[in-house]
Amino acid sequence: MSPTLTDAGVAASDPSDGLAVLEQRSSAAETFGIPLAVLAELTHRCPLQCPYCSNPVELERGGSELTTEEWKKVLTELAEIGVLQIHFSGGEPTARKDLVELVQHASDVGLYSNLITSAVLLSREKLAALAEAGLCHVQISFQGNEPVVADRVAGLKNAHEKKIEVAKWTRELDLPLTVNAVMHRQNLHQLPDIIQMAVDLDADRLEVANVQYYGWALKNRAALMPTLEQIEETSRIVEEAEARLKGILAIDYVVPDYYALRPKKCMGGWGRQFFNISPSGKILPCHAAETITGLEFLSVRSNHSIAWIWQNSEAFNRYRGTGWMPEPCKSCEFREIDFGGCRCQAFALTGDAGNTDPACTLSPLHEQIFKLAEQEAASDNRRFIYRNFAGGTLETGGDHGA
Amino acid sequence: MAGLRSRNISVDEASRPVLPRHAKLRFDETRQVWVILAPERVLAPDEIAVEVLQLCDGVRSVAAMIDQLAEKYTADRAAIATDVIAMLQDLADKGFLTEARERTS
Repeated sequence: MSPTLTDAGVAASDPSDGLAVLEQRSSAAETFGIPLAVLAELTHRCPLQCPYCSNPVELERGGSELTTEEWKKVLTELAEIGVLQIHFSGGEPTARKDLVELVQHASDVGLYSNLITSAVLLSREKLAALAEAGLCHVQISFQGNEPVVADRVAGLKNAHEKKIEVAKWTRELDLPLTVNAVMHRQNLHQLPDIIQMAVDLDADRLEVANVQYYGWALKNRAALMPTLEQIEETSRIVEEAEARLKGILAIDYVVPDYYALRPKKCMGGWGRQFFNISPSGKILPCHAAETITGLEFLSVRSNHSIAWIWQNSEAFNRYRGTGWMPEPCKSCEFREIDFGGCRCQAFALTGDAGNTDPACTLSPLHEQIFKLAEQEAASDNRRFIYRNFAGGTLETGGDHGA
Repeated sequence: MAGLRSRNISVDEASRPVLPRHAKLRFDETRQVWVILAPERVLAPDEIAVEVLQLCDGVRSVAAMIDQLAEKYTADRAAIATDVIAMLQDLADKGFLTEARERTS
C-alpha cells in the first residue's frame, strides 16, 4: 500500500518537453472534479500480517465483499464519469479469484490498471493471464532486502523469496515494476541494499515509503518509529541514490511526517482528488478514513451514484476546502498548500478530526507528540502486533507470527 | 550498471521509438485533453508532443517522422530535426518512450 498513491503531481514538468502534469484545476467548480485515479480495495483478506497495514483495524470480512458483477459495474461507472486509472489493491487483491476478469473489464472500459500486491499468492500463469488481460503496471511490496527481517515483518515464512521470484516474472513478461518498500526503525538499516535490490530486479520505480502512523501502524508505533538520526541518514541515502541512478531507477520518497516541519498534503486534500472503494463498496476519502468516528460513508450499494457520493455526501464535504478549518489553520498562509494535513492523524492523536494535524509545528500538540515519538524510538521496543481479523496478535519469541 | 537498461535509449534519426507498455496515450473525453497514462501519474502532452507521439509506432524511424513533419509544416528540416529529437529524448529520459524490440521469432 502506498501513501503516495494519488499524488499525481510528482513528475517534473519541464515546459520545454511539451508535458504538463495533469492535476485538478484550481477553480472551485473544478476542484471537486472526478479524480484521475481511484483505489479499489478488492478485499481485506491477506496472507501477510504486516504491523503497519493501511487497512482499518476493523477489517471487513470476505462475506461482505462486492461480487464480481458489482465490481464490474463500479469499473464501468468509474470510466464513464472520467476516472482514468484504477489501482487494484487490498488486503491482497490476488486473493480474489475473479481478478483476471476484473482487470479484463477495466481494460474493456478503457481504464489504466495497476496491481498493488504482496505477490505471495501469484503463480507465473496467473501473472501471464493478468498481463494478457491488459494489466499495465505491477507494484510489489517488500518488507526488507533479505528473508530474516522481511519474513518477520510480513509475519509469513518464505514471503521474501516468493516476492523476488514474482518480481522476476513481472519483468520477464515485460510488465513495468514498482518496488514499494515500507520503511521503519527495524528495517531502515537495509535501505541501501533495498535500493540495490530494486536495481537488480530491473524495477522502473522504487517507493521508499516511511510508515504513516494510523490504524495498525499506530498500534505498533513504538516498534516502528524511526529515530531522528535514521531519518537524516535515510534522506542522505535517497538523495545520493537518486543522483547515481538517474535514468535507471526513479525513486519516490515519503518522509515520515512526525519529523517534518509541515504536515503532508494528505490525499491531496480531503475530497479533492482521491477516493477509494472498500471491499464492501464504501466510498472513502482515504483508506484510513473509517478510523474517524461519527462520519457516515455511503456505499456503491446505496441508491446514489458514485459521482453523487463524491460531490454531495456529507462525509466528503465535512473537511473539503478550507471553510471547516479552526485556527491556526484558518489564517495560515499554507492552508491551501497542505489543507491542514491529515484528518485521520488529527483524529487519532487529538480526538478531533477537525483539529490541525499535530505533524505541523504550528499545532499546539506538535512538541508533545514529537517528544513522544523520540522516546518511543529510543525505548527500542521491538515486538510487533500482527495485523489479522482477530484484532491483532502480539509477536511471541521466534515464531515470526507465521 | 549503466547500459543495463535497453529501455533507456538515446534518440537519433535511426531510432524507431514506441511508447512502452506502461505509458498509454489516450484522449480523455471527460476533460477534452490528450493524456499520457503512466504508473502513478497522468500527464497532459501539448499539441505538438501529441502529434509527435502519435507517429511513434515502433516501425517509423525518427528520420521519417522528421520528413513528414517538415513537409506538413513546410519548415526547415534541420530545425524540425533538432526540435523533434530533443523532445523525444526528453520523453525517453522520463521513461515515456522506448526502442521497438527486434522480433527474433
